[in-house]
This record gives sequence, C-alpha cells and structure tokens, in this order.
Amino acid sequence: MKFLRPTEARGSAHSVRRLVSFAAIAATFALVATGCAAETPGDSGGGGDAADDSLSIAFLPKQLNNPYTDVVLSGGEMGTEEIGGTYEVVGPLEASASSQVSFINTLTQQGADVIVIAANDPDAVGPALQEARDGGAKIVAFDSDTNPDYRDVFISQVVSKDVALIQVEQIAEQIGGSGEIAILSATANATNQNEWISFIEEELASNPEYADIDLVAKVYGDDDDAKSFQEAQGLVSAYPNLKGIISPTTVGIAATARYLSTSEYKGQIALVGLGLPNEMREFVKDGTVQEFALWDPAQLGYVAAYAGQALADGTITGAVGDTFEAGDLGEKEVGEGGIVIVGPPTEFNADNIDDYDF
Amino acid sequence: MTNVKTSPSSSSSTPPPTAAQASIGRSALSKVMRSREVPVASALIVLVVVTTAVNPLFLTPQGVKDLLLNATIVIILAVGQALVIITRNVDLSVGSMLGLTAYLTGTLFADIPGIPIAVVFLAGMLLGGALGALNGLLVTIAKVPALVITLGTLYIYRGVNNAWAGGTQYFAGDRPRGFSNLSTQTVVGFPLITLLAVVVVIGVAIVLAYTRTGRDLYAIGSDPEAARLFGIPVTRRVLGAFIASGILAGLAGVLYASRYNAVGATTGTGLELDVVAAAVVGGVAIFGGSGTVVGAAIGALLLTTITSALTALRVDKFWQQAIVGVLILSAITIDRIVSLYRARQLRMSEARDV
Repeated sequence: MKFLRPTEARGSAHSVRRLVSFAAIAATFALVATGCAAETPGDSGGGGDAADDSLSIAFLPKQLNNPYTDVVLSGGEMGTEEIGGTYEVVGPLEASASSQVSFINTLTQQGADVIVIAANDPDAVGPALQEARDGGAKIVAFDSDTNPDYRDVFISQVVSKDVALIQVEQIAEQIGGSGEIAILSATANATNQNEWISFIEEELASNPEYADIDLVAKVYGDDDDAKSFQEAQGLVSAYPNLKGIISPTTVGIAATARYLSTSEYKGQIALVGLGLPNEMREFVKDGTVQEFALWDPAQLGYVAAYAGQALADGTITGAVGDTFEAGDLGEKEVGEGGIVIVGPPTEFNADNIDDYDF
Repeated sequence: MTNVKTSPSSSSSTPPPTAAQASIGRSALSKVMRSREVPVASALIVLVVVTTAVNPLFLTPQGVKDLLLNATIVIILAVGQALVIITRNVDLSVGSMLGLTAYLTGTLFADIPGIPIAVVFLAGMLLGGALGALNGLLVTIAKVPALVITLGTLYIYRGVNNAWAGGTQYFAGDRPRGFSNLSTQTVVGFPLITLLAVVVVIGVAIVLAYTRTGRDLYAIGSDPEAARLFGIPVTRRVLGAFIASGILAGLAGVLYASRYNAVGATTGTGLELDVVAAAVVGGVAIFGGSGTVVGAAIGALLLTTITSALTALRVDKFWQQAIVGVLILSAITIDRIVSLYRARQLRMSEARDV
C-alpha cells in the first residue's frame, strides 16, 4: 500500500489517472467488442450465398424486455423467417420519447431495408425516419403509430374504436350501467393510449346508454409496475365512490389488479382493460377481474413483417386499397390513412383464459 | 381521531436524540428542539392532519395500511443510504441492487418449488451484501468518489439484470401465498413487512448511537483525515457501510417481490433518487457526519405520504414532483442555516473563553 502511494496527494492523483486510463481502455474494448458483436450477423449474411436478396427487417419496439413486446416480436420473427428475410431487433430499455432516435440513425447507416417501429412519441422520431426513407428504407409503424408523414403503413392491432368500445361495454356491464369510473393509462403522450381514451370519452358522452357513467379521472402509471400500483391506490382513495377502472395497458391493468386483490376493494371495484392472459390469470381466478380484452399480439409483428416485404418489393406503396398476402393470416388491405387492421379483439374471462398462453 | 394520531408520531420522533445523549439532562430539551427529526416529523403530522380533514378516506384502516406499505421499502433503503451518507459517501446503485434481488426472488420461487421463504430472504440479502461489498471495495481501493463508482455500478447492475432477465417477468401468482401475505397481513393495523422495517430502523439506530463502530461512522464523515489519524479503521468502516446498504437493498428487493405483482428487468429503476431524497429530507447531511436513521426513515415516510396525500387531494402530478423538490431544498437550507449558526456559537464561546 505504502509503495503504491508514496505521498497522499501525488498518490491519489496517480491512482485517479491510472483509473481513468484503465476506464478508457476498458471502454474502448467494450466498444470494439460490441461493434464486432453487432457486425457479426451482418458479416455472416454478407458471406452467405443469398446475401443480396435477403431482405433485412429491423424491429424497433417501444422498449426491450417488455413482456408484451416479446410476444409481438415473436410474431415478427416468425413472419420474417417465412419471408426468408434477416430479422433484427434493436431498441431502448426505457420507453421514452427521444430514446429511439439513435437506433433509427444506426439502422439507416447499416442500410436496413425495412424498419418496423412502435413509436414512443409520434413526432420525436420523425426527422430520423425521414432520413432513413431518404436512404431507401421502408417504414412500417406497428402497435403505436408515428405521425403518418413519416411512415408507409401502420399495422394496427384492431380498429382503435373497437378496442375502446369493447372496454366501455365491459365496464358498463360490470358496474351495472351507472357510477364513477376512472382511466389508468401508460404515458401521457402514448399515441395508442390517447386514441383509445378519446374514443372512450366520445362513446361515454354520445351514447345515451352510458349517460349515468361518469369518467372522473385519468391518471398515468408510465407503464411502470410500482408507479401504476400507486396510481391505482391513489384513485381509490381520491374517489370514494369509484365503481370501476379502465386500464388500456397491460402493465397498468396487472398492477391495478394486484392492488385491488390485496386490498379491501377486491370485487368491489370493477377492473377492465387490455391485459396479457398470463399476467392476469391469477386475478381472473381469484375474482378481482371478471373480464378483460386483448388481441393476439404475435399477429401484429407477423403482419408487420409481411407488410415490410410487400413495401420493399413494390407490391404495395401504402396507398388506400393496396392488398398484400400476410402468410397464414391471408390477404390484408391498406385502409384509410395507410392503416392495416390485423383482427378483432378477444375477450378473456374465467371460462377461456386457460386456452391462451402469452 | 387526529389527536390520537399526532401523539404517537411526535413521541416516536423524540426518543432517538434524547436517548443518544441521555446523560446530558440539562440540554436534553433544547437538543430535542434542535434535532433534525423534529421539522420532518412535524411536517408529516401536519400533512396527515390536513389531508384527513379534507378527505376522511385517507386514514381508513386500508388507507393507513397502504401508506405504511408504500413507505416500507423506501424506509429500508433509506436506512442503508443514511449509513453510507453519514460516512461522506453515497450509494446510487440501490435501485439496481433492489432490481437484481427482486428478480432473484422471483427466479428462486419459480425454479425451486417449495423453497422455504427464509432461504429466499437469506439469498436476497447475501446477493445484496455481495453487490454492496463490490461497491465498497471499489470506493475504498480506487479512492474515487462514491458518486462516480456507484453511478457506474448502477448501470452495471442494471445491465446484468437486463441480460439475466431479458423479457422474462415473474408474477405474484408464481410465488407462494404465504410470501405474498407478508405484505397484506397486519398486526394491530401494521403490515408485517412494515414491522420488519421498524425492527431494522431500531436495530441500526442503536448500533449507530451506542456502539464504537457506529460512532466511528460519524467521525469518518466529519473528517476522514482526522479519523484516520485518530486510528479509526476508515477503509473497513466505509466498506462495512456499503455492505450494510447492500444487505438492506437485498432485503428491500425480496420485500418488493412480496408486495408488487411483476419483477423483471426494469424493477426498481430510478428508485435511488427517491432514497437519497428521503435521507436528505430526513436530516442526513449530504456531506456526511450527521443525521440519524430514524430521521431518514421519517423522511421516507414523509415523501411517500406526500405522494399519496396529494393524490388523495386530487392535486396535479406535476405539482407533486415540484413539492418534493421544494422539500429537498428546504431540508438542505435548514441544514445549512443550522450548521452556520452552530459554527457562530462555537466561535463566540471560544472567544468568551479567551
């Protein structure tokens, strides 16, 4: 120890400098290593025989390591394999507005043929996507749309309005057609959430059947388990007459269900929304949740992959009325606003939840 | 209702300072008045009283249970953080350590059916202790500020968590009922895991106030060089503080898995700032050398209660964050004023002695 640090002041200066240079070397190694790792798939593709024909499809979800995203991506991978394309996933670990831009730039530099993106913010990703298109890439939005100016088509789970209506129907039925309800959403600027919420509000205001239902609050759990949990708890304490909660996000509905099931409000406050069967199974069985909805998320990625191929080979341009084959799911048509609809939502309850595993 | 509530809280905040300096009877009262816990505890009481007056639902048994449960995990983390801050260091990796141990908990229950709950607690605390030890070793051997080291390990531990978990999450349904019950069952209104947190606070408070080791931590934080010259094993003590913080983060991670539904790659992200804020608001001086774990625990309770109270009062989310910010600034301001005042008093008394 003494030998390493002859005098206190110089010793610490030395060790700091040594540590800094060590850190710099380590960082360089890390960069080189990841650079190599990232290039390997591309290299092997380049070495392969079908290199030039192989369509590279890159998926850029809102956030990696999100269970819902994983199911969507599994469909994307399957679709890409069927097409014979090269499948790649990149993305941020946190779902924030600006985090996707650098990934788009990287994909542009790598010359990806198709970028399939679920936007965290419809406009923040715009300029980067524009650059990618200028470079020849086709842009398929899925799950959460970008501004339509920046993409070729948008693959939507279901008709947005249907998703909203099914949730209103479920909550109305479960609270007996009257009373106070609240919405627990993901982030305050998530495109898909806000669209559903505006349809829910519209339906509540316009349909006389729902005249006695009062939407008292909208809160945001940012798709974070603990935060959504506390928001649910806050709703219940702030609105003593609350009869139901709609949570159109898989993280939010599971967290809310967890809170309700551990509190005295279990069975007292109805909960509907969009959830994953595997996350919700326990709460359906213990009576906290009667019924919730979702589509099959894997189909979303699957259709997105086929749409990417159709765009790249010129089968479609994203114009209204264009049609393309989406593998097992048959023919899909591009509708108004460049939107491709995948299928109707499914309702899950105690009778059928065991038939699903995702 | 409100009177009943106030008296236990205020009395619970008084013992630590008086107990710590029990022998000095004359100045005991003034010590209490000057102690750092009093303003925080008073703020907490005012907050609870006002909120309950406006929204009586706030203090129903369910409401109280929720308040205590929300605070429990942050209290445990804040105790560990206080130990580290008192030595003039900081541990920013607690959120990531919690994430790793919470995921370990989920994994153990899912992969080893019938594993005893106690074993899982032990495993979580061991993992936390190991991660804390790594922090401590880096800080004491590399002699780089803990802020930098633990910022690095924050990302490293989170990266390991991401690599390990991938998209896998474990849900409450994967864990035994008895384990989940820890955070739902109550003893005279107190949830079991909150009682566990109280035991931790009292235990650590006693160590800090009455043992040689505990007092050493304050000496190190006040003046590391002087402490070294005085013969205090600085390296060992600082390392110990980081290990303790790690063990407590491990405990908190296990409890997180008991309380919440999902544990996965992002569990506990961003928690470190809440924890440092709780310690600072609770009167633990950020430059080390002073503060108590009881204060840090009250700080944690205050911050989590504010969030719930403002929600119960239907205050906009943006203001909630702003109010927490104001609290942190006022805590630091009060701290600064107190230390300037003390320095002036010291100078004056020395001048009189001459």
